[in-house]
Amino acid sequence: MEGLKIVVVGGFGVGKTTMVRSVSEIRPLNTEETMTQAGLGIDNTGGVADKTTTTVAFDFGRISLSEQLVLYLFGAPGQERFWFLWDRLFAGTLGAVVLVDTRRLEDSWYAIDRLEHHGTPFIVARNNFPGAQHGLEEVRDALTLSPDVPLIDCDARSRESAKNVLITLVNHLYALSSARETAS
Amino acid sequence: MMVRGAVDSEDPDRLYTVTGGRSRAESRDLDLVTLIVSEADAATGIQSEHARILRICRFPTAVVEIASELALPVSVVKILVSDLLESGQVSARHPTAPRASAELPDPAFLKKVLVGLHNL
Repeated sequence: MEGLKIVVVGGFGVGKTTMVRSVSEIRPLNTEETMTQAGLGIDNTGGVADKTTTTVAFDFGRISLSEQLVLYLFGAPGQERFWFLWDRLFAGTLGAVVLVDTRRLEDSWYAIDRLEHHGTPFIVARNNFPGAQHGLEEVRDALTLSPDVPLIDCDARSRESAKNVLITLVNHLYALSSARETAS
Repeated sequence: MMVRGAVDSEDPDRLYTVTGGRSRAESRDLDLVTLIVSEADAATGIQSEHARILRICRFPTAVVEIASELALPVSVVKILVSDLLESGQVSARHPTAPRASAELPDPAFLKKVLVGLHNL
């Protein structure tokens, strides 16, 4: 038996918890992690590097895929200040779903940038709030998303739609992995 | 909806006591999704957090689920689980997926994940 993880990242209120709840077989649970980080830069008060302890809360759900595989889905806020935590908490993730709201696309710029930087495969899903007026191609332009990153619409409240988002991500991973295997 | 009370109101002194004053997990290889399974029933007289972990892990349970169940930070739970691993009271099933973010599991493995998702 083996545990896997996928991270759903997005700005505040974009529907991460809703999506986790839609596909999880358990009520989404939450927990928190505290981490100590050496202070960055110079401490103005005395030049001594200080240590900061940051607490980050995140929620997660569980999906039993088979007798052998259990998938854990983590909801993670995308803001810049959390990223040093995500790097450590979510190392080894299969991939990521960036959940975006077209009214606040700029909330996802940083997350996309970090995922690209780390080489973590991801897809982008637009949570289709009523009144979304832009086409997906406009969203792709606004996010300056490379053409090979899948971009889809979803409804985070719908189990089928959330399931489709995960399938789209794993299909993408499958294509990348197959291409790599062929190339080597 | 975030229910934060249990952990937020946690007394740091209590966390310190729970872990016997240690602030860092020896067992760095425990992942959030490492599955923990009890290998023994809780003996009488062991620390209550250890006993609770042994009860929770009668069925394979991820480190992150244990943390949520006990309302303790993940780092504290890793220390407690490491104790139980050391004494052989639990065993751990580590994720085999590649750890480096740029690596990908092989297509055959991903196919299994896809089949599981389609069957949901």
